[in-house]
Amino acid sequence: MTVASPTAEEPTTVKRRSPLAETWENLRRSWAGMLGLTLIILHVLIAATSPYWIPHDAFEMNAEIRNQAPSAEHLFGTDKLGRDVFSRSMLGGRVTLVVTLVAIVIAMIWGGFLGIVLGLLNGRADELIMRLVDAMLSIPWLLLLLIIISVMGTKMWVQTLTFGFTYGILTIRVARAATLDFVTDEFILAARARGERKRTIVIQELLPNVRDVLLVDGSMNWSWMLLGFTSLSFLGFGVVPPTPDWGFMIAKNREILAIQPWAVFGPVIMLSTLIIGINLFSDAFAKALGLDRSQGAPV
Amino acid sequence: MTSLVGRRIFLALVTLFFISLIVFMGVEALPGDTATAYLGQSATPKSLAALREEFGLNAPVHQRYLDWLGGVVKGDLGDSMVKRKPVAELIGNRFRNTIVLATAAALVGIPLAIVLGVIAGLMRDKWPDVFVSTTSIVGMTLPGFVTATVLIYVFAIRLEWFPAITLVPSDVPVIELLPNIVLPIITLTLIMVAHILRLVRTNMIDVMTSDYVQMAKLKGVPYWSIVFKHALPNAMLPTINVVALTLAWLLGGVAIIETVFNYPGIGKLMIDAVTDRDLALVQGIAIILAVIYISLNFIADLLSMVLNPKLRTARGH
Repeated sequence: MTVASPTAEEPTTVKRRSPLAETWENLRRSWAGMLGLTLIILHVLIAATSPYWIPHDAFEMNAEIRNQAPSAEHLFGTDKLGRDVFSRSMLGGRVTLVVTLVAIVIAMIWGGFLGIVLGLLNGRADELIMRLVDAMLSIPWLLLLLIIISVMGTKMWVQTLTFGFTYGILTIRVARAATLDFVTDEFILAARARGERKRTIVIQELLPNVRDVLLVDGSMNWSWMLLGFTSLSFLGFGVVPPTPDWGFMIAKNREILAIQPWAVFGPVIMLSTLIIGINLFSDAFAKALGLDRSQGAPV
Repeated sequence: MTSLVGRRIFLALVTLFFISLIVFMGVEALPGDTATAYLGQSATPKSLAALREEFGLNAPVHQRYLDWLGGVVKGDLGDSMVKRKPVAELIGNRFRNTIVLATAAALVGIPLAIVLGVIAGLMRDKWPDVFVSTTSIVGMTLPGFVTATVLIYVFAIRLEWFPAITLVPSDVPVIELLPNIVLPIITLTLIMVAHILRLVRTNMIDVMTSDYVQMAKLKGVPYWSIVFKHALPNAMLPTINVVALTLAWLLGGVAIIETVFNYPGIGKLMIDAVTDRDLALVQGIAIILAVIYISLNFIADLLSMVLNPKLRTARGH
């Protein structure tokens, strides 16, 4: 700790704000971070409340108003089946958001836990499992997802588990690397020398230190997961129609891109603002925690 | 150094073995087997049983795995039961097309990424850096189909500069292919540039704030001499690995872009193969892409070792 030495008047009451408050202070100073956070909150609010305020029935087809350009009645126009694109765009992120948010928590928990344990053991089991992890990551990510989804099916909870599992593999590496960074630090050596049990070391000494790394990794991983989920949906391996979903809407409405581009722009705008929001936030979040956003392809 | 290279080769082989196992078991678990895919709607229990016997599908899993692996090692990827052709023949031209696409994107993208990354790194937190960095996040994280669709709207539908989709057979010569694939190349280049430039930028910042660059500055070495003679070579070294990783990653994700542009590449073939339950084809493509991924990583590691004297003696992890 490089805190300024306490002054003579106040030897013990050096005021330290909680780490959470400090992070929040740092985050608030970044306009990009706040813009990102606003976009994320807006998307969550839309997903949670849209069924109550969308102007039209998102499933109602009407052959008389097919492929209509935007108007006061239909803000983003209508699609090939005469459905209101605006209403569908508002609803289109509900499944995506629920699946990816739950899945990212699953990924952080199992990947983080396994990674920490492996980093701590650093032995033969570590060597073997890391080879398996390398192997999984050497398979093209899209193919891996396609195979798992084809095997497991596209039920929502199955997809949630699939994504939680697959993206947790990425977290193992991150958590392991972070653990290895700390394991040789003095405070861990001291705990080991005190003869503390491994479980105690993990929970009390390591977890708080690795936690920051995991949180940043999780928020970045979320955007990679969105990329994966919507890509599968785009290819027709995701949400089952007629449930509105951005990826699938873009895929289907591409057919009328020349006549009614807003049928594509609607979901594109919604999906892009969410992903950009998450990334602006992740970047600022990492800086606020004093971590530099390590960069690279997810797989 | 030789032992280090030997160790890396050994690890790569172990990883490959695991991949073959994961791929085989994963594909094996797909619902519906080759016989049902082959017969389609006309399948009867009797004809299915006969066909399974003929294809040797009744053998135990480990037996079939070993047979398949034995074939792969000898370069025989088996036959596609759905398309009724050898897998290698089906992959041939498609694979070449994807390589053409990826190479074109890499030739444009890598130099561009390095230049932009260096500029952003040298002008850290000034507006060119903020602009380049922010744009690169967007380019990197937006799904390929979104970028591609927007590009199609602007350049194919509005401006009518390039065709929106590729309408050529998979076996045309490269020269005839290129004019048709300007938009896929641009899409791929954008994503690639975004990935690589961010790392070049970070490395550049690291090197420029390092002790020896500070020392050079204090000694009065001219700024541009520091940048080109001292900083750049050191910043480039870690970039080699990222370029390899990015290329390999793009090969995995290029399927989306190929689908959007209807481009006859290996990625599109892969998606069709999964949809058709063409097990042998899925396995073949997966193994080829995995081998490329591992080879690229291996070459990058080797290059870094040759260029970095410190790594030559260090023990590998």
